[in-house]
Amino acid sequence: MIGTLDAKIPPGPLAQKWRSHRDHMRLVNPNNRRKFDVIVVGSGLAGGSAAATLGELGYRVKCFCFQDSPRRAHSIAAQGGINAAKNYQNDGDSVYRLFHDTIKGGDFRSREANVYRLAEISNIIIDQCVAQGVPFAREYSGLLANRSFGGSQVSRTFYARGQTGQQLLLGCYQALCRQIAAGTVEMFPQTEMLDLVIVDGQAKGIITRSLRSGKIDRHAADAVVLATGGYGNVFYLSTNARGCNVTATYRAYKRGALFANPAFTQIHPTCIPVSGDYQSKLTLMSESLRNDGRVWVPKRKEDRDKPPGEIPEADRDYYLERKYPSYGNLAPRDISSRAAKEVCDEGRGVGPGGRGVYLDFADAIKRLGEDVIRERYGNLFEVYEKITGENAYKVPMRIYPAVHYTMGGLWVDYDLMSNLPGLFVIGEANFSDHGANRLGASALMQGLADGYFVLPNTLPNYLASQMGKRPPPDSAEFGEAEGCVCARIEKLLSVNGTRSVDSFHRELGLLLWDKCGMSRNEKGLREALQKIPELREQFWRDVRVLGSDQDYNQALERAGRVADFLEFAELMCIDALERDESAGGHFREEHQTPDGEALRDDERHAAVYAWEFQGDGQDPKLHREPLQFETVHLAQRSYK
Amino acid sequence: MNFRLRIWRQLNLKSSGKLVDYDVENISPHTSFLEMLDVLNEKLLGRGDEPVAFDSDCREGICGTCSLTVNGEAHGPDHPGAVCELYMRRFRDGATITVEPFRVGAFPIVKDLVIDRSALDRIVQAGGFISARAGSAPEANSIPIPKHDSDLAMEAAACIGCGACAAACPNRSAMLFTAAKVSHLSLLPQGHPERDRRVLKMVQVMDAAGFGNCTNTYECEAVCPAEISASFISKLNREYARAQFRRRLGE
Repeated sequence: MIGTLDAKIPPGPLAQKWRSHRDHMRLVNPNNRRKFDVIVVGSGLAGGSAAATLGELGYRVKCFCFQDSPRRAHSIAAQGGINAAKNYQNDGDSVYRLFHDTIKGGDFRSREANVYRLAEISNIIIDQCVAQGVPFAREYSGLLANRSFGGSQVSRTFYARGQTGQQLLLGCYQALCRQIAAGTVEMFPQTEMLDLVIVDGQAKGIITRSLRSGKIDRHAADAVVLATGGYGNVFYLSTNARGCNVTATYRAYKRGALFANPAFTQIHPTCIPVSGDYQSKLTLMSESLRNDGRVWVPKRKEDRDKPPGEIPEADRDYYLERKYPSYGNLAPRDISSRAAKEVCDEGRGVGPGGRGVYLDFADAIKRLGEDVIRERYGNLFEVYEKITGENAYKVPMRIYPAVHYTMGGLWVDYDLMSNLPGLFVIGEANFSDHGANRLGASALMQGLADGYFVLPNTLPNYLASQMGKRPPPDSAEFGEAEGCVCARIEKLLSVNGTRSVDSFHRELGLLLWDKCGMSRNEKGLREALQKIPELREQFWRDVRVLGSDQDYNQALERAGRVADFLEFAELMCIDALERDESAGGHFREEHQTPDGEALRDDERHAAVYAWEFQGDGQDPKLHREPLQFETVHLAQRSYK
Repeated sequence: MNFRLRIWRQLNLKSSGKLVDYDVENISPHTSFLEMLDVLNEKLLGRGDEPVAFDSDCREGICGTCSLTVNGEAHGPDHPGAVCELYMRRFRDGATITVEPFRVGAFPIVKDLVIDRSALDRIVQAGGFISARAGSAPEANSIPIPKHDSDLAMEAAACIGCGACAAACPNRSAMLFTAAKVSHLSLLPQGHPERDRRVLKMVQVMDAAGFGNCTNTYECEAVCPAEISASFISKLNREYARAQFRRRLGE
């Protein structure tokens, strides 16, 4: 049986929905706000901005992060920029155009109303960040500068060198610090959420473990906000930080929250290729490099081991420029990634193992001079040199796609509330705005839109009906959840097998990259669905975690996260199998156009797939949210 | 490549620690320093010894989590860069490498190579921000900022908050960290209304946390992964003197 979901999208014309919704939502008066406790899990752009803003409004906020400081959340690693429809360049940009680019970029698998709101809010995010002192790049006039990014034909990306995520995160970290000092936000660093507590069908608290001391705690609240990022580390190798994990959202799923579109994962086209099996993570080279770099491989297989300088112009295949003349090297991420895979599959890939393509700056250096390129991308070139030992001013960079972002996440309605009342999900952790593929410079925009401007407006709409309903942390539901958490930790420590946590994680990652990575097919997915439970069973029989649960035990931390990945991976493959079409980052080999582009099936699959947990060992139940396109015309994406 | 590692092992804050020798073999020169420690931990686990605790997260030099002293140098020999950006090709085959945590009194040792840097958060909480409530901001281009000032502010703002500056300083001073934040915000017009209060309170909390004073040895600048210039310390001193003076004048 398939259930249907209601996203509670406000009525009225698209451009007026958000305004009129705000006019009619319930409010909490300033004197009552301090009577509400709100839990925010995660301190990245979404969680940090939400916690700071709710604190400013006068709510009592508890903010949790697993890092040793909220400033280290993984948003900090975002390089390229943040989009906004300011049209400072006078090049034809508008809120509608940003909305349209984002819907199209997402291959028509996101909600019109959410995306329009995001585009609308984009402009005040820039205002807010400038007011906080974010040092965006400027022109000599003193006004803000822009650059262009994949998937759009206007320059709307604001940036702070190659460290935009860092600067935006520090802006919201500083706002958060101000609230911590003011006493409205209580910060719990190095504390991990291990379960969600549901009381009378509503999310009313969490169970946490202090990573420092191992202490398990109960936290009751009037609402819980998850801002815990994406699940890209299910692949083991990704551009995510080592600590990024699915645990918070997966635990919420096991408590009844629906998980939407888990198969929608983004493979970023420009990462430094894998160099060996000891490798612990992959490093992204910002997509902004594609503004000035040209992507190519040799035309002939035989040339692939030649030094790039010895391959004459005529023997090079600038395949993105050839296949997508109007977008060229700025084709969207999913398309660029698959194109790279294709040329490497043909045996024309370069570097060790033949899994790489060149990103060449020679033309740009000739045209603009090395100084300009250094000014634009200097730090990225330095990172590249550190990792590979090569100087990209002299020889072309080698790049290859890697897992970077996950569009799927917990299902939320227009108010960013999950199907469980009181549980809100923001930033990468939810599924709502990027459809089947995210455009560059849109993740920072979404995180901050959710945290600074959407949630602070929609959360009171829920809280207004919750006065005095916060359960005490000694109620039975908290006891039951804490019991589950403790039992699981004990179980992990008691297996005492022979294999390390990382070895299981690596094996799972390779399996998924192979069967549920850049391209998928039914046979491979069915194989994965058979192998994942076997691997999981082996994990619980043979994993080795040393040390105790009473102190700083990094292996125990990772073991819990990998155990969740081992369950979540199955959900991902189930979703990938169910979505019997290609859309954005989800490429099913069975569904492609004659020239190898993703072929959607709007008749059957223009919908969000949200999965409900039915118990361990049971198949999850599918809920569909049909996607209505009232403004945008559904079309095959073309970047030619 | 093969290495002998001398690693600081310490159970917790209260216990005393010591250097313990370990050997690692067959390490590719393209392995990062932290991946080499991963390999060691895998080996320790195999023989039933508890792995070495060390912090890291992004492993690309931006989150500021990793914090090792390698052969006596904060973040190791490859400057500028965090220790996660250090690769084994920088070492001689067969070398002995000593690995310790950042040694700063204000950063207590949690376990092995892991330290507690919450003192840095407290310095920022004291005033390292601009009080701009969400929703209250003017249009972004209504405040033009000369490119030079904005670029200089960005140079200061690039600090990753790792604490290597304090670890390298013979006085264990966190002046470079504090100077970077004070400079970033005071170089921008948006930061001016809170300029005096900010520098006075941040310096007060920095002193109270137990960091030492600056005596201009510039070790901080030499190890800073974000290449923060020590000239920002002069800027901090000027900002501090200015604020004190204005306060005395009763402004």
